Amino acid sequence: MFRGALWLLAGRGYVGRGLSTRSGGSTPDWTEKVSEIKKKIQSALPGGPWDPLYDTSHLPPEHSDVVIVGGGVLGLSVAYWLKRLEKPRGAIKVLVVDRDHTYSQASTGLSVGGIRQQFSLPENIQLSLFSVDFLRNINEYLAVVDDPPLDVQFNPSGYLLLASEKGAAIMESNVKVQRQEGAKVCLMSPEQLQNKFPWINTDGVALASYGLEGEGWFDPWCLLQGLRRKIQSLGVLFCQGEVTRFITSSSRMQTSSGKEMTLKRIHEVHVKMDHSLEYQPVECALVINAAGAWSGQVAELAGIGKGPPGTLEGTKLPVEPRKRYVYFWHCPEGPGLETPFMADTSGAYFRREGLGHNYLGGCSPTEEEEPDPGNLEVDHDFFQDKVWPHLAHRVPAFQSLKVRSAWAGYYDYNTFDQNGVVGPHPLVVNMYFATGFSGHGLQQAPAVGRAVAEMVLEGQFQTINLSSLLFSRFYLGEKVEERNII
Amino acid sequence: MGETTWRTETPVQQPASTARHSLHLVAPIWNLGTSGIRGLSSAVTPEGNQRKGRMLLQFLTDRFYDVEALRGYLFQKQVSKVHKENRFQGKEWIRSTEHGYSPLQLLSFQAVPIEAVDASDCAINYEGLDNLLALKELQSLLLQRCPHVDDWCLSRLHQLANSLQELSLAGCPRISERGLACLHHLQNLRRLDISDLPAVSNPGLTQILVEEMLPRCEVLGAEWAQGLKLGPEEQSRDTASPIPA
Repeated sequence: MFRGALWLLAGRGYVGRGLSTRSGGSTPDWTEKVSEIKKKIQSALPGGPWDPLYDTSHLPPEHSDVVIVGGGVLGLSVAYWLKRLEKPRGAIKVLVVDRDHTYSQASTGLSVGGIRQQFSLPENIQLSLFSVDFLRNINEYLAVVDDPPLDVQFNPSGYLLLASEKGAAIMESNVKVQRQEGAKVCLMSPEQLQNKFPWINTDGVALASYGLEGEGWFDPWCLLQGLRRKIQSLGVLFCQGEVTRFITSSSRMQTSSGKEMTLKRIHEVHVKMDHSLEYQPVECALVINAAGAWSGQVAELAGIGKGPPGTLEGTKLPVEPRKRYVYFWHCPEGPGLETPFMADTSGAYFRREGLGHNYLGGCSPTEEEEPDPGNLEVDHDFFQDKVWPHLAHRVPAFQSLKVRSAWAGYYDYNTFDQNGVVGPHPLVVNMYFATGFSGHGLQQAPAVGRAVAEMVLEGQFQTINLSSLLFSRFYLGEKVEERNII
Repeated sequence: MGETTWRTETPVQQPASTARHSLHLVAPIWNLGTSGIRGLSSAVTPEGNQRKGRMLLQFLTDRFYDVEALRGYLFQKQVSKVHKENRFQGKEWIRSTEHGYSPLQLLSFQAVPIEAVDASDCAINYEGLDNLLALKELQSLLLQRCPHVDDWCLSRLHQLANSLQELSLAGCPRISERGLACLHHLQNLRRLDISDLPAVSNPGLTQILVEEMLPRCEVLGAEWAQGLKLGPEEQSRDTASPIPA
């Protein structure tokens, strides 16, 4: 007991102080020395990152079963569902690689955060319906022991899409499909629209569709952080680095009709560290391409698209970054608390933000006006010329507004048919895609993550059948068009 | 049928004395509802400038047994009508027995539309609301202090838009201003209680915005002036010292 008391005193530094006064000079704190020694011992024990030559704690592990390229909401969603659906528990080692841990250019954080079921493709509607359920029960899915519950700040205000004369028939058939899939959407005539939202100018509107339940907007950061926290607790590793190379092996196979195909398999992923030439080869069994706007580049690294055009080898992944601007303005006379997320006939959209008559909005440019996606600089003239006239025409109160700020983000734009790509590549057999959602990736992320995890673990889609969104449609030329792109 | 069940209660004694005494004896059986015994007598004999007529009637009642019997009969009919309005199809409130089961009579009322539901302090949640949303003639819904009612639940209430006139959400810990935004579907709402919502970030401003959103509705909630600070003139009057810059 006396020895224990002495140890306590030593820990508190009394003895140290006594020693120092005897020696006559100031010595470093005894507790600091003890903790340093403890750290050294811990790092030398097995399981620690200690390498006698240099510290490798920032490098990813040398082996991982699944490497997910891209740490945005889609990549994290795939990681979550892989860990949730795997049998037995802890069977799969997952590594998420993202080159920017601040997410400064990631589409997830820069998104306006809307979620809707008003799509024309039934698969999109089902994906969105499941994602809304996921958000509603987010604490059942993503709860971590001892951590506070998540609040995604969902605004259940619905989406209001307006259609002119020529779009009215399409809108009606879309709403029919949406209702069939179980979405709660209603159609409104211009008179009903004027009654319900007196601040709208219904000039030029032939029909409107309004989502009554399960549509609105939420905080994408909360979802991202919630997913991140949960999958870290499930044992998924994160690494900040850029994927620069895939080491693959090929094998020649013959199809049943005698045609020769070259199938590739990725064996290693080279992950390069930030601001250095250092890289780590990660041996893996599967690679999931969830790199968002840069998925095309990642696919090219794996050799997708390198071949004579018109063949399966030569079919590139048609996903490229497209810059979209979002403007934040204040309008004291603007529409009130009941404002839905409104998308005009011209493509301009806006929604409320908070209680203080602030609004967010923008417009997707036409093909000719596409801005250069090289950087995320905002073009304020675009608002003046292209967005404001349409907004002011539709909502007369917006004739006087003041833009407070603006930002830009990327769409992972699928130039083929503006719908996502999900599932394995036919030739590079262990690369799976979860990308290309062209502006509605955030709202479908939970469901897409589950679909990809099912594809990886079971070999087929179990809950929502996304076979129409496989890569092969690019080669076969089968467009799966989504007509309601905002 | 109403009259017979009424008679199974304590029967009214009709003394040989004046009809005024019989009027008083009816009072204990009949509980709240109408304005009082005087109101009833005024229903039997019309008010206004008929004082002479009333005096004549009183004189006749005192004199003739037939007039008294007729007046008593008319009076009984009035009372039983009021009594019927205070009962449900001639019976008292149907209450569950001490073991918690409702009597089987409840099943016979399945076709009757429900007008008001008080689900205060109930642990009702999003899926549980299915039961309430099926009541297409619901006029009054009280969800005070329900711990699981949140913004998602409010987004489902649009299904009651045609009939709902009164809604109370006071004290629900999970409701925020985002859920209140979807109450604008309820255009028939006349009374809304949104007081004491801890998750609403700015109760005064929210109240103003909700009042603007539902112009025909009376909104009870936070006093919108409670969050405001005194202006500089008022402050100097109170403290009698210069305001620090």
